Amino acid sequence: MAFIDYYKVLGIAKTASEKDIKKAYRKLARKYHPDLNPNDKVAEKKFKEINEANEVLSNAENRKKYDTYGEHWQNSEAYEQAKHQQQQQQRTYQGQSGTYSEKDFEDIFGNMFGGQDFSRGQRSARFKGQDFNAELQLELKDVYEDHKRTLTVNNKNIRITIPAGVENGQTIKIKGHGGKGVNGGPNGDLYIQFAIKNHSKFKRDKDNLYTNVDLDLYTAMLGGDLMVDTFNGKVKLTIKPETQNGTKVKLKGKGFPKYKKEGQFGDLYITYQIKTPTKLTDKEKELFTQLQKLR
Amino acid sequence: MEVTDLISIKTFCTHYNVPPTFINELQEYELIEIVVSNNVNYIKTTQITEVEKMIRLHFDLNINLEGLDAVYNLLQRVENLQNEITTLHNKLRLYEDL
Repeated sequence: MAFIDYYKVLGIAKTASEKDIKKAYRKLARKYHPDLNPNDKVAEKKFKEINEANEVLSNAENRKKYDTYGEHWQNSEAYEQAKHQQQQQQRTYQGQSGTYSEKDFEDIFGNMFGGQDFSRGQRSARFKGQDFNAELQLELKDVYEDHKRTLTVNNKNIRITIPAGVENGQTIKIKGHGGKGVNGGPNGDLYIQFAIKNHSKFKRDKDNLYTNVDLDLYTAMLGGDLMVDTFNGKVKLTIKPETQNGTKVKLKGKGFPKYKKEGQFGDLYITYQIKTPTKLTDKEKELFTQLQKLR
Repeated sequence: MEVTDLISIKTFCTHYNVPPTFINELQEYELIEIVVSNNVNYIKTTQITEVEKMIRLHFDLNINLEGLDAVYNLLQRVENLQNEITTLHNKLRLYEDL
């Protein structure tokens, strides 16, 4: 892992006092706290950095190690921990109770919350675990029907049903699949945001679909039947005689499913694009000229 | 409303180890709604996530009640704007190829 200059992260000098560290941390925490920056991954990363910096620098012992060992201060921590464990084991062998002091618990909470001051009023609050955010990329056809998907979050497989009709950018909450609760608190939630790619010839606006259909000149002028694609199959349309270019028709209920309204669909709007013939033969030119003269 | 949709303030405060006065103050600032039933004060379970957020902002970041009120209203506006951006973004996609 790359070396992080914790003093730089908190924007303080190496000579900063405890008070300066606390002040700098609080200022930055207010700026980058996830509750104040929802769905902002950059702020989330920054918040983790300042928490880590505060965790180390606000603890006199850790700060001393950091100042002494710099980049390798964590190795010194591991060494110290091993030594501490060894000492504890020795104490246990000697029949002494190795219970934690109140201060030890404070340190544990401090670590969990990234070094924040949790000693207020001797609270040991139960807090909900961290909420997780994930993005799920889907194709438009995937969300035309209810869709089951297995996701792997923190090495755990979660099977979810994605309701038909979810929108691009929409977020759903999977309760209790976030980070573990703190001190017996409930687990956080998992928020899944959908990024829906559309490679079909249909454009979507909420539950309505839009598409263009080519119409040959003769069918447009004389009328007739035409098979057109809808999102889930083909339908036969009757074209009225003298249909103009750009005419729109609505196929009721042939659009996209309405979110969480089973059996209800939006509409499909078709715009006719009349294609005039090219590479005319002499005979065709002659007949069009005759038609022109009639008008 | 069913009883299961409510949590008594006493239970909530014991669980989160916050003083009940904090919840009352949140109500005074109209940040949450308190439901009274049989002389017992409750909050709606749907509000728990929001109250948790306010606890964190108040106790961890030292944001006072006035600040919470302002922050909360601004966060709500941010959320509305984000939803509007998503809707507009989806609409834009509709016309992008035209």
